[in-house]
Amino acid sequence: MKASTRYVDDSVKGFITWSIIWGTIAVVVGIVISLQLAWPQLNVAPYLTYGRLRPIHTNAGIFGWGIGSFIAMFFYITQRLTKTPLWSPKLARVTLWIFNVAIASAAVTLAMGINRTKEYAELEWPLAIVVAILWVLFSINVFMTILKRKEEQMYISLWYIMAALVGVTVLYVVNNLGMPLHLFKSYSAFAGTNDANVQWWYGHNAVAMVLTVPPLAIFYYFLPKITNNPIYSHRMGIIAFWSLIFMYLWTGAHHLLWTPVPDWIQTVAMAFSIMLIAPSWGAVMNGYLTMNGQWEKMKSNYLVKFMIVGITFYGLQTLQGPMQAVRSFSAFIHYTDWVPGHVHMGTMGWVSMILFGATYYVTTTLSDTEIYSIKLANAHFWLVLVGQLIYSITMWIAGVQQGSMLLATNPDGTLHYSFMETMIAIFPYYKIRAISGFIYLAGLALFIYNIYKTFQKGAESSVAKA
Amino acid sequence: MLEKNPVIFIILAFVVIMIGTTITMIAPFKWINSDSDKIAEVKPYTPLQQEGRDLYMREGCNNCHSQTVRTLAADVERYGNGGGYSKSGEFVYDRPHLWGSRRTGPDLARIGLKPLTPAWHKKHMENPQSVVPASNMPSYAFLNQPLDTTYSERKMKLLKFPYTQADLDELKGKSEMDAIIAYMRKLGTDIPVKNAGAAVQAPVAQSNPYTDLKAVEEEAKAIYKQQCASCHGEKREGTLGPALKGSTKSETDLFKIISQGSTANGMPAFSSSLDEQKIWKLVTYIKLDTK
Ligand code: HEC
Ligand code: HEC
Ligand code: HEM
Ligand code: HEM
Repeated sequence: MKASTRYVDDSVKGFITWSIIWGTIAVVVGIVISLQLAWPQLNVAPYLTYGRLRPIHTNAGIFGWGIGSFIAMFFYITQRLTKTPLWSPKLARVTLWIFNVAIASAAVTLAMGINRTKEYAELEWPLAIVVAILWVLFSINVFMTILKRKEEQMYISLWYIMAALVGVTVLYVVNNLGMPLHLFKSYSAFAGTNDANVQWWYGHNAVAMVLTVPPLAIFYYFLPKITNNPIYSHRMGIIAFWSLIFMYLWTGAHHLLWTPVPDWIQTVAMAFSIMLIAPSWGAVMNGYLTMNGQWEKMKSNYLVKFMIVGITFYGLQTLQGPMQAVRSFSAFIHYTDWVPGHVHMGTMGWVSMILFGATYYVTTTLSDTEIYSIKLANAHFWLVLVGQLIYSITMWIAGVQQGSMLLATNPDGTLHYSFMETMIAIFPYYKIRAISGFIYLAGLALFIYNIYKTFQKGAESSVAKA
Repeated sequence: MLEKNPVIFIILAFVVIMIGTTITMIAPFKWINSDSDKIAEVKPYTPLQQEGRDLYMREGCNNCHSQTVRTLAADVERYGNGGGYSKSGEFVYDRPHLWGSRRTGPDLARIGLKPLTPAWHKKHMENPQSVVPASNMPSYAFLNQPLDTTYSERKMKLLKFPYTQADLDELKGKSEMDAIIAYMRKLGTDIPVKNAGAAVQAPVAQSNPYTDLKAVEEEAKAIYKQQCASCHGEKREGTLGPALKGSTKSETDLFKIISQGSTANGMPAFSSSLDEQKIWKLVTYIKLDTK
């Protein structure tokens, strides 16, 4: 029965542990910067000013929590789907070391102000190279495991995994090209409008290849496991897969609407963003239809809750995103707090919910035991859900309010509100958002405690058995 | 076959990814930053300005400030400062671009065109709340430290910007604050400005056409808030500039000062950003309590 003995899972456990640590740091820094926006006196020292902390928050969130967990899950899933042990357990352990060194150095250098400023590609060139090496080593390990597999068929999750391996490599390398001045400073290889266009080709596909494709791979694997039901349609999954990875690459310029980037690129981006609804909802419907006839599990199985609520937020996210990509709507909400509302529905809702569910599942299988407390897991679920909803909803309201005030003009064409009037109007929302961060953090604390206790329980029972 | 051959699968996935990439990301290099969007007046950064730009990056000002005026009317009105919307040719020397994705604070693409003096910038950077009380911009008083110029010349060479010995000499004794202010004052200034009231040298109408404050109050207050409050205080009580409440100067003198400024002493000239009517409305507003 104890299948896990055949597989090499120490690195899975290592990555889970460390991604949770970095995720917690991301959330704590997130709370700090949300407080700074409401109370600027909290910018107490140069390395703790908002401008330096915000990139630490996004990097710890996306790279530390996101990528760290994806590596754990990819190692775990790939072995099971190929019925093959990991190609090189040693390499996996080295990868974990490099991962932690890279994220820790990222935090330190960003605090020092060593920063390329390109969003989600802020790390200076020596660190960017380390990250690239890390990713390639990880990719080789996963890919070799797939090559050597014992199970001939490749389940849809493996498709998503391989696409992420290739996609991230191409994107990351290109957007990081630069001219080094010295060890801690380089200038972008691209200038001005070109640089902006490359950046958002990268930026939006970081959303695709990091915050969409890997969680989908994880979702497609764990939902059937958790519900004991096969995925509704493998074929639908495959069609959605190819259209998704085809369309995403055309949409970068929806971050650059009304800017000097050539109009036709903007129009193409707008059109493809809307078309993206189809493959995105292909995945959502696949999830929902898998639940057919067993929706009562939403109540009886705590893991189903995380998965289904997660995919629902993905569905909402992929309706809201295309809306934001329409020129007229973008004019209104671009640059405002609406966008952080969108971002955190995706990161705190979609990505994190799926990861919470998957982490619970993997922890219990690796420990070969039941979860320490389902009650705590349920409390965790509600706290992070409420925290995230308050965050997103307040920011959407703030964004619409500020957006409409900023655009309001008098009959003679002059502006109706000064910039500061629009800002004073949204301070209350900043304060509520900070509170929502604490609620989310409380949920996260329960999650960590539960995972810790479950691992401990597993260790005790395996000692008892031995 | 695809279900079974990971190598072919990976190659195919790569090709699929590269289609959109080639068309929307690689191909545009042919048009962008070419002769077609060139603007002759746009000049590269001086060593001091480039140092300022690097500090802007170090401090992550781009997390709160964008640097592109969109083609929307409200954007042009709010952030254009007379220079209109941003054009591609203005950014050819920007490595990387600093367009940003959030406007927690105002757009800075044309901040150099805004009538703000170095003294204003310094005060604002050191303590933003002393100038704009509700601002949430952090204090950057720590930039009052000597500028590290070790790499200044190498930067010019690497970026292929022309420079002279005089440009390098300019760096001597400068603080980080000076550099960032020099950068702020350069932003957007290369572009030919459409002068709202260029012809206004001396008052054309010799006397104030607006004798009734009530009629112009709302508009005058709005202009004052946008253009003057940061130096003269929300209630005209005076901060960086003197109090304007109950000024004893004559209306014509006030007009002259506002349109031509007293630039040496830190009062900018508004003749290029405000037309004659607006200036007269401000005069009416200043004279409010003495009437
Ligand atoms: C937390 C966000 C934040 C950060 C970080 C920030 N600012 Fe600001 N900035 C603002 C806000 C809000 C305003 C508008 C209120 C004011 O003038 O203080 C502003 C205003 C300004 C203005 C005046 C703009 C105008 O049109 O009057 C300048 C110049 C400026 N900032 C420069 C900088 C520089 C340079 C940095 C980096 C060293 C920086 N800011 C960092 C939020 C920020
Ligand atoms: C960058 C800061 C700044 C801004 C913005 C500014 N001023 Fe001034 N202003 C000053 C300073 C400094 C002086 C003192 C000049 C002197 O002593 O010669 C001054 C002087 C004046 C005076 C003369 C006052 C006196 O009694 O001597 C008037 C009138 C005036 N400003 C009006 C305005 C108006 C109206 C606006 C907005 C359109 C404005 N100022 C915007 C800084 C500013
Ligand atoms: C069909 C799918 C999607 C589309 C078309 C889409 C569209 C957009 C658009 C147009 C913006 C720019 C908003 C602005 O600045 O005006 C944006 C921002 C963003 N979106 Fe989405 N979105 C989609 C799905 C997602 C998902 C699933 C996530 C997952 C977390 C996500 C994360 C983000 C992030 C992080 C940003 C902020 C980028 C930045 O400005 O730094 N998006 N999205
Ligand atoms: C309690 C939880 C969190 C809080 C309080 C928080 C707070 C914040 C704040 C204040 C910002 C800046 C918004 C602005 O520009 O005005 C931000 C941005 C961002 N956060 Fe979070 N955050 C949290 C969780 C997360 C998590 C878990 C992730 C990723 C996995 C994440 C990813 C991001 C990203 C990508 C941005 C940039 C958004 C953009 O460019 O528009 N955050 N966050």
